[in-house]
Amino acid sequence: MSGAGVEPTVDRSLARTMGMSEEEHDRLVEILGRIPSYTELGITSALWSEHCSYKSSKVFLRELPTQGRHVIQGPGENAGVVDVGDGWVAVFKMESHNHPSFIEPYQGAATGVGGILRDVFTMGARPIALLDSLRFGEIDAPRMRYLIDGVVRGVGGYGNCVGVPTVGGETGFHRCYNGNILVNAFALGVARRERIFTAKASGPGNPVLYVGSRTGRDGIHGATMASESFAAESEAKRPTVQVGDPFAERILLEACLEAMGSGALVAIQDMGAAGLTSSSFEMAGRGGLGIRLDLDQVPLRQKGMSPYEIMLSESQERMLIVAHRGRQEEIAKVFRHWGLEVVEIGEVTDTGRAEIWGGGRRAADIPVEPLTESAPLYRRPGAPRGDLARLQAPPEVPPVEDAGAVLTRLLTTPELASKEWIYHQYDSSVRTNTVAGPGGDAAVLRLKGTQRGLALSSDVNPSYCLLDPRTGGAQAVAESVRNLAMVGAEPLGLTDCLNFGNPERPEITWQLAECIRGMSEACRALEIPVVSGNVSLYNETEGRSIHPTPTVAAVGLLTRLDTLPSASFEAPAQRIVLLGEDRREYGGSAYLRLLYGIEQGLPPAVDLSAEARLVKLMRYLVSQGVVATAHDLAEGGVAVALAECCFGRGIGARVRLPLEPTALFSETQARAVLACAPGNLETVLAEAERAGVPAREVGETGGPRLEIHAEGGGLALDVRDLRATWSTALPRALGL
Amino acid sequence: MKARVTVFPRPEVLDPQGKAIKGALERLGFTAVSDLRAGKSFDLELTTADRGEAERQLKEMCEKLLANTLVERYEIELPAEGWR
Amino acid sequence: MKCGVVLLPGSNCDHDVYHVLKHTLGQETVFLWHENESVEACDLVVVPGGFSYGDYLRSGALAARSPVLAAVRRHADAGGLVLGICNGFQILCEAGLLPGALLRNRSLRFEHRDVCLRVERDDLAFTRRYRKGQVLSIPIAHMDGNYFGTEAALDELEAAGRVVFRYASPDGGLDDAWNWNGSARAIAGIVNAGGNVLGMMPHPERASDPLLGSTDGLALFEAAVESLKESLEVAR
Repeated sequence: MSGAGVEPTVDRSLARTMGMSEEEHDRLVEILGRIPSYTELGITSALWSEHCSYKSSKVFLRELPTQGRHVIQGPGENAGVVDVGDGWVAVFKMESHNHPSFIEPYQGAATGVGGILRDVFTMGARPIALLDSLRFGEIDAPRMRYLIDGVVRGVGGYGNCVGVPTVGGETGFHRCYNGNILVNAFALGVARRERIFTAKASGPGNPVLYVGSRTGRDGIHGATMASESFAAESEAKRPTVQVGDPFAERILLEACLEAMGSGALVAIQDMGAAGLTSSSFEMAGRGGLGIRLDLDQVPLRQKGMSPYEIMLSESQERMLIVAHRGRQEEIAKVFRHWGLEVVEIGEVTDTGRAEIWGGGRRAADIPVEPLTESAPLYRRPGAPRGDLARLQAPPEVPPVEDAGAVLTRLLTTPELASKEWIYHQYDSSVRTNTVAGPGGDAAVLRLKGTQRGLALSSDVNPSYCLLDPRTGGAQAVAESVRNLAMVGAEPLGLTDCLNFGNPERPEITWQLAECIRGMSEACRALEIPVVSGNVSLYNETEGRSIHPTPTVAAVGLLTRLDTLPSASFEAPAQRIVLLGEDRREYGGSAYLRLLYGIEQGLPPAVDLSAEARLVKLMRYLVSQGVVATAHDLAEGGVAVALAECCFGRGIGARVRLPLEPTALFSETQARAVLACAPGNLETVLAEAERAGVPAREVGETGGPRLEIHAEGGGLALDVRDLRATWSTALPRALGL
Repeated sequence: MKARVTVFPRPEVLDPQGKAIKGALERLGFTAVSDLRAGKSFDLELTTADRGEAERQLKEMCEKLLANTLVERYEIELPAEGWR
Repeated sequence: MKCGVVLLPGSNCDHDVYHVLKHTLGQETVFLWHENESVEACDLVVVPGGFSYGDYLRSGALAARSPVLAAVRRHADAGGLVLGICNGFQILCEAGLLPGALLRNRSLRFEHRDVCLRVERDDLAFTRRYRKGQVLSIPIAHMDGNYFGTEAALDELEAAGRVVFRYASPDGGLDDAWNWNGSARAIAGIVNAGGNVLGMMPHPERASDPLLGSTDGLALFEAAVESLKESLEVAR
């Protein structure tokens, strides 16, 4: 089907090969009032793909709160925008690149990073940080070592070269990802408030410019691929994977930001998923206008590309720009300075139609608005899986006999082992803004020229989401806000990446709806609006779905950086305080899952008012400068949290807890451990009482060992040994 | 005229990449590889039709840019038939 | 006096160095675009880190052949101060301003971490604020930092005292476990025969602010500025 030969005749069966249903085919015929051309069919299949249209998720996404006092731009643009103060805004978004990364891990991950960066800098913001949320299968699963190595190299290869620090993220391992890994990339940028750009075309007669790399045959129909379940032959789809060029991106970034400053630019849009198709239709659609493109002007890397191929190519590092008429030269001058070509390929029209010309004939003539605004929308039926009651039945919890051995084993699993092996391959300090990098609860970046900082955290617990998607969705939001509070940050906004299976199956749509419901409830209670996001469905291989994985990334504001606590113990003889009360919750816990293979029971309950009280207290305590160390309790419970606090500087602790040894691994939410100077203990406890947060002094820092005295047992481990085991466990598991 | 330049690490320079690839081959069962050096190659299309002139130019390109002769050696090939 | 930061397409640390020179130390500082034919009368020229021209042939190879590097060479030949950091060090080696080459890290992976550096020379314009044997904490972030020289060339460097920094343990010991990229003789930084051109893989500009955890790198910039001021006074 390549080349400029005779194009196939369009009918329902051809439409089906492009992932369009019969109804969708008929709808297109109705909109056009005739049989569509091959190019028109390709364009429509891309625009109406799940990836571009959100047709199966939109009805649920509407539930998410998107308004808030900091919100400047909510969902619908390339990225969300929140107010940071002092005239600055933060621009951020997260996006999935799951399918491409499973097929070709290095390029899949690399172009995922490249794409999300373009989403941020097309808004006029300079990217200052990246996060990566990665989910792999079991290390011993087929191809998994290759996938892990490739994805990590790809993230680093792109991010390091483009000069944006990768400051954090998360990495999980679960057999549900054996045939469908997840690569969710997040980018944050900053801009002066008045310099924000949008992708809305205006002014009929204004020229449409093409800048960046040439167009090749790579990635044709990637958006459709991202909207299909995996079959075993996906490996054969390798040619559709795009290749990233971080150097080209770096140049494009500088040139775009400079061109935006010229005032000659009306709108700009990345040619991302579905390439020239989505960028041109979205720009025209948002402006309520039309567009005329002459594909013969598009710079090509390969000869003989058809209009269909040019419209659907996903070659990377390309931008579409609408310029003010007569001012093209100002823009061209900037791009030429950076060694980039600018080509005029069309103009904005007032016809409301997209007219695509190629090879001297009209390859497509489609009304824009019906295609972008009236894309199909499905409220697919949802119902819980048949065995949910069995799944949620209370699990039998084997009592902990030797807490030290259990802790050591947990810290040796890839899931809870140190991720140093991964993040040492990422440049996390370039641009000299990284105040707190990977390894803690939240990363912290300073904003040069102000006293302010931004905190970032990405979170989700797929096991919780499987067992109770509503609780799991709420927990993801609550944990991200809690992580922000550990550094004293107030939440500004949140972006998400909703990774689910095939929505045509009722239990998957039910998971999606329930997760979103839980997220919405938590967002409202914790006052954090959703400003951008992405949905990735059809994450299945041969009928086996991944766990529901609604990754969230929260961005918070710090108005001072001089009281920032550390995530690890900083000095001996400090008092350790435990905030929150344990309720012996083991459903979905790391203890049961990683040591016994049991994934059963209800996950820990999410008490949103308790979470709200805890984060408010933490923000206040940090702002008062009375907290030296703060770390939230998550997977593995209080024992794992205390061990992690010891690892940073190798400072031990002696703790007494009124819990039986098993409860050291319970995962009750809304809890945190903190350390403070003895002189601040009274303030901490008094403020906690005032805030209605249960607080207890449990011990003090110091010594070479972590000692936890529980009721009827406990543990005493050498911190240096434990740290060595924990920090080398992942490369050992990978066989390195 | 078509030409190919191949650049390899010098024998005395450690080639960790080649070593790693050899190790990977061994893990795949290719145990009959006793040595492997990882290099890179450049396919060029030259405007000159004179082989002597082409060789002279290519040598200069290698010395000036394509190879770092401190750590790399290079080979120039000018096949009569050209590369497919 | 005036400082210049070379700006190559693909440089990433240009603004970080600029920030330290301009805002932390308050020096007049300009960017020197890669097509520049001169260093615009700068007294100190920094070739910063990054991935110049994508580092596509060999790290630093394409940048070493850019017009601005010819100007940097003239500046160096005239005794001017030149500092190459990370990719800048690779570029100076490729340009022949410093001997040796920087090969792929022993791990074959990008390495980013805070490392300990032992100071071997404290009498240079760049290092006069350090003490010989002092151990600094400065981050590295590179894929190709594995210093290579022939045995004879390394012996010559050692004999001339041109090794300025070595990767070391926190107490200054030389142990292979702390030699993160596998460099010959744990070399992290060297100087030219004239003592005015320094190349180093670690990033002093990232260790120049207490908020970021270390100020061990700031002393290097302070020393360079201080010695330049002194020599300008003498000249006057």
